[in-house]
Amino acid sequence: MHRDDFVRQLSSPGGDRRPSRVLHIDIPLLLLLLVLCGIGLTVLYSASGQSIFYVKRQATFMLAGLFAMLVMAQFKPRFWERGSTLIYLGGLLSLVAVLFFGVGAKGAQRWLDMGFTRFQPSELMKIAVPMMVSAYLSKRYLPPRFKHVFVATLATLLPVFLVARQPDLGTSLIIFSSGFFAIFLSGLGKRYLVATVLIAVAAIPTLWFYVLLDYQKQRVLTLLNPGEDKLGAGWNIIQSTTAIGSGGWSGKGWTQGTQSQLNFLPESHTDFIIAVLAEEFGLIGVLSLLLVYLLLIGRCMVIALNAHTIFSRLVAGTLSLTFFVYIFVNMGMVSGILPVVGAPLPFISYGGSAIVTLFSGFGILMAISTEPKRI
Amino acid sequence: MMHDGAFSDPARERELFARRLFVGTLVTLLLTVVLSLRYFDLQISRHEDFATQSNNNRVLVRPLPPSRGLIYDRKGELIADNRPSYNLTIVPERSQNVEHLLSELGKLINISKRDIDRFNKNLRRRRPYEQTTLHVNLSESERAILAVNGHRLNGAETSARLIRHYPHKDLFAHAVGYVGRINERETQTIEAVKYSGTDSIGKIGLEKFYEAQLLGTVGSEQVETNARGRAMRILDQTPAVSGDNLTLYLDSDLQRVAFDAFQGERGALVAIEIETGGILAMVSTPSYDPNLFVTGISQNNYDGLLYSNDRPLFDRSIRGQYPPGSTIKPLFGLIALQHDIVTTEYKINDNGYFFFKGIERPWRDHNFARGGHGDGVDLSKAIIESCNIYFYGLGVKTGIDLLADYGSQFGLGAKTGIDMPSERPGIMPSRAWKKGAHGQSWFKGDTINTSIGQGFMLTTPLQLAVMSARIASRGDVRTPRLVKSINGVEQPAAEGGAKIDISPRHWDYMHKAMQDVVHSSRGTARSINKGLDYKIAGKTGTAQAISIDAEEKYDSSKLNKNQWDHALFVAFAPVENPKIAIGLIVENGEHGGSSAAPIARAVFDAYMESQEPTKLVTR
Repeated sequence: MHRDDFVRQLSSPGGDRRPSRVLHIDIPLLLLLLVLCGIGLTVLYSASGQSIFYVKRQATFMLAGLFAMLVMAQFKPRFWERGSTLIYLGGLLSLVAVLFFGVGAKGAQRWLDMGFTRFQPSELMKIAVPMMVSAYLSKRYLPPRFKHVFVATLATLLPVFLVARQPDLGTSLIIFSSGFFAIFLSGLGKRYLVATVLIAVAAIPTLWFYVLLDYQKQRVLTLLNPGEDKLGAGWNIIQSTTAIGSGGWSGKGWTQGTQSQLNFLPESHTDFIIAVLAEEFGLIGVLSLLLVYLLLIGRCMVIALNAHTIFSRLVAGTLSLTFFVYIFVNMGMVSGILPVVGAPLPFISYGGSAIVTLFSGFGILMAISTEPKRI
Repeated sequence: MMHDGAFSDPARERELFARRLFVGTLVTLLLTVVLSLRYFDLQISRHEDFATQSNNNRVLVRPLPPSRGLIYDRKGELIADNRPSYNLTIVPERSQNVEHLLSELGKLINISKRDIDRFNKNLRRRRPYEQTTLHVNLSESERAILAVNGHRLNGAETSARLIRHYPHKDLFAHAVGYVGRINERETQTIEAVKYSGTDSIGKIGLEKFYEAQLLGTVGSEQVETNARGRAMRILDQTPAVSGDNLTLYLDSDLQRVAFDAFQGERGALVAIEIETGGILAMVSTPSYDPNLFVTGISQNNYDGLLYSNDRPLFDRSIRGQYPPGSTIKPLFGLIALQHDIVTTEYKINDNGYFFFKGIERPWRDHNFARGGHGDGVDLSKAIIESCNIYFYGLGVKTGIDLLADYGSQFGLGAKTGIDMPSERPGIMPSRAWKKGAHGQSWFKGDTINTSIGQGFMLTTPLQLAVMSARIASRGDVRTPRLVKSINGVEQPAAEGGAKIDISPRHWDYMHKAMQDVVHSSRGTARSINKGLDYKIAGKTGTAQAISIDAEEKYDSSKLNKNQWDHALFVAFAPVENPKIAIGLIVENGEHGGSSAAPIARAVFDAYMESQEPTKLVTR
């Protein structure tokens, strides 16, 4: 690491000396994130059956995440660009290690036991893949040539398959999107885009017959006809759509949602938490949350457009588009227009590792946003 | 920046990126509209339908816990059953004032500070209208008091459930094990649905090994609730299916005799039915009351067991590893005969020391008076009087490779495969083992130590019993097991292995020598032959708990009792038609003949007596 990677322009003449600049904080981004955390804790209190225990734990995760974000923001984008390949390879190795030595729960094998703590390599890849692909492509002439697109695609698909094997379809979808967005934003030719769509369509039968496990197929079938499977996966969808639908315009009021409070809604404090929000705060609540999300994504897009290097632009753009995928997949699955894949709603669903990963991503965006223009 | 190919054009790249980001933004907005429309459709257009549906949504599915399978001994006596236990639970939503309710209850029955702490902790994690336990195991009189005062105790309920009960208390604690509350770690690995009605799981012993069979299948009931979630009416029920019942080979009478014969000494005994490999008795002393663990043991009780010098929680029968000492001699003698390394005519002169060329320090016979066993010691005499000097020579001539090879055929140095968790493998040393464990080559001196069952060699009491059964059956290899039948269906014998190849006359010779250990006037176990109306074959052993120099004399009076030698005994009976084989150890019991053999005699007597009536019937 170069000395100036960390201790940057503190003493540079003419440098911006506002505290936010010195600490590399993007104020609008930070405010929007805090609003989301506030909404998250409020809904979680209700969704967990008014459990202060869960709220305290989640708040602790959020503080840890904020800290991680601040640390990430202190490094120059150049540092992330140089380190991305190493981080990626480390992540890939740990994913392979998970296949052999991983520990897990309920049939899925996702963690590496490090003795003092558990580490989930697939979370690391959510950041490592967009950085590595962006760093790789930014060193090439853009738009990228076939060879480079091929390498970038391979670098994306390897972790995607490893994570899908765990099996963790939700996370592997996120990783896939991040790699795809990086290639797309780098200016991939229109012919390639058309080809990608065609290949994707052709791949559906292959996925169905060779890759998807029985329970995953069941979830897709359930989406098409939730009434078929009233006690299994269909139960979740029936209960969550009922919860959402009964919310109406303004909802039943905080902690007053009968669906969630009376235990009808499964996973109400994790993946299905949006149903609690929809039931208790109605459509107005849902649209307000979407608005905050859009403002956040908008701010990220502005950061991407103003970034100084190709790498910074690609990473910022990729992270903001990927962030939307989280939201779309989760809200789509709970409302019954996408199959149930196990994806949390960012900053609202309960869960430690996802929160820390998300904050770390925004840390990189802050590093990009506060980078001074090079002379 | 590095480029392959043409030079870069920052302005063009920036524009290209901006265009792509614009496309991405458009797609994002479009999909946001899709989401908004979906939520609008559910929440506004179809609101009426869903509101009605939600209002009618008053059917809860509740799990019905299965009752755990029972465990019987071979004669049908209950070893583990289920008993109703009554808990006092609270639903705060139904009480006007929980603090007041708690103090009212405190006046009626004895509620500890610990109860209240645990209750408050669980209260924070529960969902509304869920029962939270305040006090477990209400006595009959407490239930009566609560029932009488029920009208002014709104929110308090007594709920009944079945809990595991072990009527024989400490007798089967190690073999059968116990169930306990499912802990944090276990929640990670179990299937939540299967355990949705149960809060306990097999922790050790058979309860753990046969968890899948004993658990049973959870049932469910659909309950109609009122608007605030209180159950009003049962709509539909899928009954739970009880777990499978296990019948064991264990004989509780024999187990009791064995347990009592230890008279409180530390040790372990395993008795095997030779024909089947079934375990007739399996004792580890001292023991403990498994009922303490079922509803959660108190810290005091647990500390008492955990820190006791006698280590009652330690299952010596399958986890205790001891040097087998001289009990290994019949096995090694058989190997030497089979491979013509010694003949039955071969004799040595034993003066009490064994010198090995190149090593100055002699191997001494700690078991016998100085001066040795004298002239004309043949294999038979070496077994009967337990002569170490004879076996030092026999071991060196046979070589570790043959000893190790046969040792494993007789069940040593590897888990026997009994149907219990956490069995230890012991050690049957070999060249490969020493290389792996110590990174050293095998020395002749190691063979000398091994030849009298000392040095690296370690065995569990179960392995001693298995070895004894394989000697008794003339080489039949059977995997030991505890469970005889499941739900009345006889379990097929586990795959044992090929019959051990040793010629019949060698078996005859060794059985006779082992019989003389007990029945001849010079045998080391002659003290137990008084009044025997059947024949026992056996071999005593003494295992050093601490190491003693050749020039030093073992003198128990100078040592603490926990440094005294361990006493061992392997035996089978009756010799002409062996039915039962035993392996046992008395920790710090000093001499196999005086402290271990009498325990075996007591078990054999009880077993032979129990066989009498069947004899009468067959006649």
